[in-house]
Amino acid sequence: MPNDKVTFGFWVYLMSDCVLFAGLFATYAVLQGATFGAPSVQDFVSLPFVLVETLLLLTSSFMAGLALLAARHHKKVLALGALALTLLLGLTFLGMELHEFGRLIAEGSGPSTSASLSAFFVLVGTHGLHVALGSLWMLVIMLHVALRGLSEGTLRKLACFGLFWHFLDIIWIFIFTFVYLFGALAL
Amino acid sequence: MFGTLTLNAFLHGPIETVAQLSVLFGVLAVVGLLTYYQRWGWLYKHWLTTTDHKKIGVMYIALSFVMLARGAVDAFMMRAQQVLAVGDGAGYLSPDHYAQVFTAHGVIMIFFVAMPFMFGLINCIVPLQIGARDVAYPFLNSMSFWLTVAGAALINLSLVVGEFAATGWLAYPPLSELYFSPGVGVDYYIWALQIAGVGTLLSGINFLVTILKMRVPGMSLMKMPIFVWTALGSMLLVIFAFPILTATLALLSLDRTLGLHFFTTDLGGSAMMYVNLIWAWGHPEVYILILPAFGAFSEIVPTFSQKRLFGYTSMVVATMSIVVLSFVVWVHHFFTMGASANVNAFFGIMTMVIAIPTGVKVFNWLFTMFRGRIIFATPMLWFMGFLTTFILGGMTGVLMSIPGIDFQLHNSLFLVAHFHNMVIGGVLFGFFAGFVYWFPKIFGFMLNERLGVYAFWSWIVGFLLAFIPLYALGLMGMTRRLSEVGVEFQPLLVVAAVGACVIGLGMLFQFLQLVVSIRDRKKNPAGNNPWNGTHLEWTTTSPPPASPLNENTSGGLLIAAGALVFGFALVWHIWWLATLGVVGIVALLIVRSFETHHA
Repeated sequence: MPNDKVTFGFWVYLMSDCVLFAGLFATYAVLQGATFGAPSVQDFVSLPFVLVETLLLLTSSFMAGLALLAARHHKKVLALGALALTLLLGLTFLGMELHEFGRLIAEGSGPSTSASLSAFFVLVGTHGLHVALGSLWMLVIMLHVALRGLSEGTLRKLACFGLFWHFLDIIWIFIFTFVYLFGALAL
Repeated sequence: MFGTLTLNAFLHGPIETVAQLSVLFGVLAVVGLLTYYQRWGWLYKHWLTTTDHKKIGVMYIALSFVMLARGAVDAFMMRAQQVLAVGDGAGYLSPDHYAQVFTAHGVIMIFFVAMPFMFGLINCIVPLQIGARDVAYPFLNSMSFWLTVAGAALINLSLVVGEFAATGWLAYPPLSELYFSPGVGVDYYIWALQIAGVGTLLSGINFLVTILKMRVPGMSLMKMPIFVWTALGSMLLVIFAFPILTATLALLSLDRTLGLHFFTTDLGGSAMMYVNLIWAWGHPEVYILILPAFGAFSEIVPTFSQKRLFGYTSMVVATMSIVVLSFVVWVHHFFTMGASANVNAFFGIMTMVIAIPTGVKVFNWLFTMFRGRIIFATPMLWFMGFLTTFILGGMTGVLMSIPGIDFQLHNSLFLVAHFHNMVIGGVLFGFFAGFVYWFPKIFGFMLNERLGVYAFWSWIVGFLLAFIPLYALGLMGMTRRLSEVGVEFQPLLVVAAVGACVIGLGMLFQFLQLVVSIRDRKKNPAGNNPWNGTHLEWTTTSPPPASPLNENTSGGLLIAAGALVFGFALVWHIWWLATLGVVGIVALLIVRSFETHHA
């Protein structure tokens, strides 16, 4: 890595973000059973829907990897194309998540219905917020690449973004497992 | 247009009006003086926009001193209330106002006195001690500082507009939920801490990377000065603990603004979840503060004993053991919650275990002094004061780690006495010692020794007078946070109030010491190494040369201003202004990303 201070610092930031999610996961684990008569994850989960979400996000991460690979080989157009696909897949994921949230709220199972739903919405929503911010960041990086080409600086930004995007994947895998799969099985 | 903010937010009783006016006059006086002496340009160019770690360090310490004055006024008000509101007397503060005062006191002393003081010392000294030109990310450093200032500004704003939380310094729900605290006080609390907390987290990352990546060639980890080690430990704790605070406060604010049910009493919320989360941050937090104080003493004791530090390796091991253990003791703050006996026993035992590495440190300092030629300069006096009070506080702490005893002492003044023992006698004395020790290095001239000695003796005598009675009162059954007290407690409360006044005298001496020393600065140049210190910071000039490569940027200042606007808007539900704040911050960050591209 050309400037490993920045990359190392970004790793440390990711670890601290991991702790933030740990707090939210712990809260979810404690409060998930406190449904207070409102529907629980088992009542509203659609596993095929969540599987599609998962595949979208994983493919998006794969594209981010391709973008970095292309950038390292100084193929600017290819890198920008892969980034655009990454963004598109990320936004589709976000759209599906918002659709699920909207459906739940319309059915009267919004986040203020019970502690269990509060914990569900905030854990999944915080991940979603990260994806949204990551998308914005991606746009800025694409602007950098388009305007300034693949310099050492943009490559480093791209590498950090890649780390962030993969990190969100890992968090999602945990959400998929502990919230949706365990929820569907009522474990 | 202005959300819930109306003119009523400015109207209060006479005591609050005095507070409003003093904030207003304070600001006007600073603005007036700057204008009169035509110092705005100088201030902006050399201080507000600097990214130089030494100047940022000095600004952190200045912030800490200003907020210390504010927190001390709160303390005097509390002592006065408890002396006056005895038996049939109601005192001069309403119960709600009294609750706001003790909440503000705690929040300010921990977040806006102790934390900035710590980051001030670390900023000034750590890069010098490891031979780095600056920190890893100078821009981020400036931003972190200004975010801390924004948090402090928000708290002081609550004196003028609206009110502050009346919940105690950790804002336990359900009291801090909207149903029981419908005002804006808790929202001020949340956003002040949230903004300052982000700054702290970023600083934590910054210094961790600085220490791990920027040491001079040849300085392996086991050759770092202990102050650097303790800073490293403290930053590790910041990185692992502060995200928990961010998450917890975010959940509380969601409960309050969007009507969610994390910690409410209805629809399945669990207040005890909050208490667990906040202490999972809160206990590491006290070690975040105390470790650098230990570090400062580990520099001071060898210097003034004219010996090498005894047991360097054990000091490192003890520091890192504390880092790990501080995450497995949090339940001792609420043994009375009703966890099973085994859970309480585990956390009780871990609490006793964490006293062992702390004890190792104390013995190392004692053995360093043993057969040394001790010079009793002011830093060493602060150390001696620390040793006495901290050991006392440590022993009462171990006493309370026994759940059965804690059931008796929970929420009593015994506890209040204990943690003031640790935070004043431990943290604050440590930072004062570090401040007087490194002052000549940072500013290039010596502090007046005589006034420093007066200040120390006032502090230690005042401290013992103010807090030893609280141990007795706690054992007599007096609980904390009482706005009116029984007659039987009055004599000892009067003693405590006298003690507070003596501490006030100590602060006056410290202020005089600064004034006199600045006046006489030409007469008392420090030279490179006034104390015969052995670490790298003493090999450079005093003050150290400014780094010519550092840029000047208003980015950090402006981003923090955006955060302040955002926080204020959320407190008062002014949604358009909050959006404006966020958009401003994002825009500034994007502009910034294009600026740094060239560098």
